[in-house]
Amino acid sequence: MDESTLKIVVLVKHVPDAQFDRHLSGPDSRTDRSESILSELDEYALEAALQLSEARGGEAAGNRVIALTMGPAGAANAVKKSLQIGAGEGVHLSDEALAGSDAAATSLALAAAIRHLGEVDLVLTGMASTDGETSLVPAQLAERLGLPQVTFASTLEVKDGTVTARRDGDSHSELIEAPLPALVSVTDQVNEPRYPNFKGIMAAKKKTITTLSLADIGVDAGSVGSAGSWTTVLAAQPRPPREQGVIITDEGDAGIKLADFLAARKLI
Amino acid sequence: MAKILVYIDNPTAELKRSSRELVSLAGALGEAVVASPGPFADSTAAELGARSVSTVYLPDSDALGGYLVGPKAAFLAEAAKASGAAAVLLENSFDGKEIAARLGIKLTAGVITDVVGIDEALTATKSVLAGSYTVQAKVTTPVAVFTVKANSVEISEPAGGSAPGSVTVPVPEATAGAARITGRTEKPASGRPDLGEARVVVAGGRGVDGDFGPVEELADALGGAVGASRAATDAGWIEHSAQIGQTGKTVSPQLYISAGISGAIQQKAGMQTAKVIVAVNKDAESPVFEIADFGVVGDLFQVLPQAAAEIRKRKGQA
Repeated sequence: MDESTLKIVVLVKHVPDAQFDRHLSGPDSRTDRSESILSELDEYALEAALQLSEARGGEAAGNRVIALTMGPAGAANAVKKSLQIGAGEGVHLSDEALAGSDAAATSLALAAAIRHLGEVDLVLTGMASTDGETSLVPAQLAERLGLPQVTFASTLEVKDGTVTARRDGDSHSELIEAPLPALVSVTDQVNEPRYPNFKGIMAAKKKTITTLSLADIGVDAGSVGSAGSWTTVLAAQPRPPREQGVIITDEGDAGIKLADFLAARKLI
Repeated sequence: MAKILVYIDNPTAELKRSSRELVSLAGALGEAVVASPGPFADSTAAELGARSVSTVYLPDSDALGGYLVGPKAAFLAEAAKASGAAAVLLENSFDGKEIAARLGIKLTAGVITDVVGIDEALTATKSVLAGSYTVQAKVTTPVAVFTVKANSVEISEPAGGSAPGSVTVPVPEATAGAARITGRTEKPASGRPDLGEARVVVAGGRGVDGDFGPVEELADALGGAVGASRAATDAGWIEHSAQIGQTGKTVSPQLYISAGISGAIQQKAGMQTAKVIVAVNKDAESPVFEIADFGVVGDLFQVLPQAAAEIRKRKGQA
């Protein structure tokens, strides 16, 4: 067992279920989150945190896994689910003034919330949110907290105050090393997330979710939300649905017809 | 004329298509200048000059290549300040977005990712929710940072011009405490274009049943890249970096050929902004046919090799 204990914050997010069609709504084109779930990609980050904690003796030995989310009342569902899966503590940053925050404003608020939690060894995130898809928040959070960032980790180890990860690219894979504290984002290759079981669901009922407001973490309402954002959406249009083209059934010459189609479109 | 700064991460190699696109876009918006973590080869510098790049900003340290994002963003922030650029353009890769993210905080500059176009007023057009919406967005800070998707800008003809001048800027931050690259394993070169910026992508799914041969053959006949659905990468038939979709890469090629992929929303998310979509699947009920410009209900093991042979014949290669 590794001697040193870890205090890990996992960022979790409730997102519209990507299995269904998703929509923008309202005057400033915000994502409609009425049918939301814990982001699938965040489950890998939570699993990584739980494994690191368990390898060091878990909560009993003083390790802490804290699920942190930001958003309106519904966002707490992502934290609840995380507690059922195994996180020890939940924190929900919720304030009306946060609505409409872009990545810069979101990272400002999350950085303040993490500082509020005291010294942290690791901040773990998924590789992206499945809705905003900008992938900006983890890097901006690392910059605001002054942490090294190790992103898209497909393997992850923590030893002697150093985090080591493998990052797989198109033409090469790299080994990355960074000192703790650090921010790490993991891919869906890093582990197999566990499901909540009955015991976990019962145990979660006894765990508390701490709700924090902007005042609690010392953030001025004007520095977040639409007012504190550095980007603004001017207009949004649904993409015109793609129209179905020609569908043929192969009668032995479909490959030739495919080549004909490509030639007609000047693609060969 | 406002300066537009382009970040080019691989100075020792020939310019990538995406770098040429960014330099073309910068030239259309203002005076193009470039920042790079190391000096360019002479031929590349000459090409940048011919593409009307006036100045190249370089760091005063040659150590940046050994680090991930942080120190590169710190250098780029200094280059942006030294040039007084109104906007910074980066490629829309994972690294590009992360450098952009940290740069944005350092410069107090708004960042817009997944950009497919920028007008003279620096209003960006981007697609969101996996291509289901098109959005016009603007940065409200004095400096703007954009990451631009490959294949979204026309490359302009080089106008001619002398090699750009260079300016050295200090890398301010100590690299201690940054994430370091301690090892690197090259994968065998496939000779195919990079998936993220390929103009043609041929992707295989569950229907290839472990054999990517026909997919690779058609990709090679078309000079394209090979992609895969999550089912195929999860089965271990092809490496994970080939995955297209919600949990993999998003591609917008001129031509996307889907073979043996049903086309669930997760997959569609990664490819529905392709200009032309072709689908080959045994199951006539596959959702992928709803968005295909040309679909074949048939056996990919018959259709793909026949198409590849015919294409090679028409190109005079067989």
